[in-house]
Amino acid sequence: MLIYTIRRLLISIPTLLFIAFVIFMLLELAPGDPMAQMPLTIPPEVKEKMRLALGLGEPWYVRFPLWLNQFFIVEPQYWIDSKFGTNFADGAQRIISFQSRSPVFDTIAQRMPQTLWVVGMSYVVGVLIALPIGIISAYRQYSVFDQAGTFVSMIGFSVPPFFSGVLLIVIFSVQLKWLPSIYDTTHVVTNWDSFVFQLRQMIMPVMVLALQTTAQVSRYMRASMLDNLTQDYVRTARAKGMSETTVVLKHVLRNSMIPVVTVIALGIPSIFGGAIITEQIFKVNGLGQLLIIALQGNDIPMVMTITFLLAVLIVMMNLIADVLYGILDPRIRYD
Amino acid sequence: MPDGALPVLDVQNLKTVFQTRSGEVHAVNDVSFSLRPGELLGVVGESGSGKSVTMMSLLGLLPTPPADVRGGTVMFDDKDLLNVDSKTLRDVRGGKIGFVFQDPMTSLNPVYTVGMQIMEPLRKHMGMNKKQAAARAQELLELVGIPDAKRRLSDYPHQFSGGMRQRVMIAIALACDPQVLIADEPTTALDVTIQAQILELMKELRTKLGMAVIWITHDLGVIAGIADRVMVMYGGQVVEHATVEDLFTDPQHPYTRALLKTIPTIAGERAARLTVIEGQPPIMKDAPASCAFRDRCDVAFDRCAVENPPRYDLGAGHDAACFYDARTGAPRDA
Repeated sequence: MLIYTIRRLLISIPTLLFIAFVIFMLLELAPGDPMAQMPLTIPPEVKEKMRLALGLGEPWYVRFPLWLNQFFIVEPQYWIDSKFGTNFADGAQRIISFQSRSPVFDTIAQRMPQTLWVVGMSYVVGVLIALPIGIISAYRQYSVFDQAGTFVSMIGFSVPPFFSGVLLIVIFSVQLKWLPSIYDTTHVVTNWDSFVFQLRQMIMPVMVLALQTTAQVSRYMRASMLDNLTQDYVRTARAKGMSETTVVLKHVLRNSMIPVVTVIALGIPSIFGGAIITEQIFKVNGLGQLLIIALQGNDIPMVMTITFLLAVLIVMMNLIADVLYGILDPRIRYD
Repeated sequence: MPDGALPVLDVQNLKTVFQTRSGEVHAVNDVSFSLRPGELLGVVGESGSGKSVTMMSLLGLLPTPPADVRGGTVMFDDKDLLNVDSKTLRDVRGGKIGFVFQDPMTSLNPVYTVGMQIMEPLRKHMGMNKKQAAARAQELLELVGIPDAKRRLSDYPHQFSGGMRQRVMIAIALACDPQVLIADEPTTALDVTIQAQILELMKELRTKLGMAVIWITHDLGVIAGIADRVMVMYGGQVVEHATVEDLFTDPQHPYTRALLKTIPTIAGERAARLTVIEGQPPIMKDAPASCAFRDRCDVAFDRCAVENPPRYDLGAGHDAACFYDARTGAPRDA
């Protein structure tokens, strides 16, 4: 298992390099000019000099290796330096945002906590709600609970976050005035009151994202449980005199989790994608918003870095899904 | 077989119905039988004759819905298993009545070790701790003839062959020293040599442990080798019931006779065409109001179409549900 994991990690290196190249070339081929948002009063020759100063005069086969060097060597060096007070980086050039002229990773580090809080929390909440719903729906198939669960999932599947988000704002912020419509990223939790405030501002974005997660995961869970509930080994467990709780939560659940774990792990990167829209609606100052602003401003290093980080996340989640698969199912241990 | 002993299991007028989209299917109709301590009762019949459904109804192992056990009594340990609370029923399952199923490839949970699956009933019914249960599980694996038992406890089902898995299933069923073992076609999914091994094992264990066994099969050869008494089922009913000697030497029901004729022989220069019973077994849409076998029967007459034959007592523990008396060659009195 350990050897398998290490081998998979090594294989993911060329995969990621290839993904980086594809993203880079896509951005290279895309139309748009980083200077487009500069005031029109700046003379063209000055603009040209600014372009050269950003390194845009170099061909792609120079800039791509430079980016790789900065991403994989220079940035980790700066990170180690900041942690341990060493001086590996030695003033090397970091990845700089075209828009803010500050290091891309510093901005990402600022924005990351907001996204993780909202997105991460919504995913955890969504999964935690979805699993029991799926289990009970399958065990009591066609019951009122199951029908209600099916209905809610259908809504979760079919109503996009940009609609449900706005709807929630209209109901709870505009009409009822219970919850704030804007997420205050500068808010710091220091005492009970500020914690309650943090909870209140998180509820709506978390619920919007969790609805989607719940809808999907509960459906997979239900289907997988239904598959397993009719298996012969379930009858064996009952014939052994096991209680229904043991039969369902021990025998059936572990088998049913095998495909669901894959869905959960592979869903993590996609929820970051979904968060881009939700962050816009609730004005959460997170990664998604950062990416959109960078795209609008042709901030190529920022777009490139965030997109690539998402790619890393996808590859890693794939790996984690496979490893978990092996842990849950002894028939596919990769030794 | 101790004659006259009180039955350990006594089933009277069991009825099981399945609710399907196209109406009800009467899978078990008025089945009665009893099992004495230490005896082996064979249950024979075609696929769909209600053998397995009967046995699963006893322990409430059928999914409800669609199954519905409509009536009857199942007396075991002075209790009617059809009318006990679920906790008592669970104590009987796996504790006092063991069950071995047909397909060993799917009957074990693929994600848990064999040891854990054997230890589960031990810990539940016998109140053993982990260590005691592990020791007993090892003993059981040795009992059913699995070599290197201690090491194999931590193996998963997929690391065992079909025959070995069936041995594990038997070990699970025997774990808590049950009074009754119900084996539902335990050798059907296995190849012939493994079948013979499992049969030998069961014979040996039965004498060693002295429990009563119900053996469901559609293989008369297996029955001839191990059973004390035989119950022949057709269309969810018991059509004939006799000691194994009587059944093979003096079959009374036309269905039993037809079944015995279908056993291929290896005598003769070249085997003749295999004998078959023409037609299909019935799907019982209603409770039987006529003989279920009459469409395939060679001695059927008009009474068979209007009345369902009761089980006629023929003496010496032999009975058959047929209006035609094979001994006299004439219909029985109305």
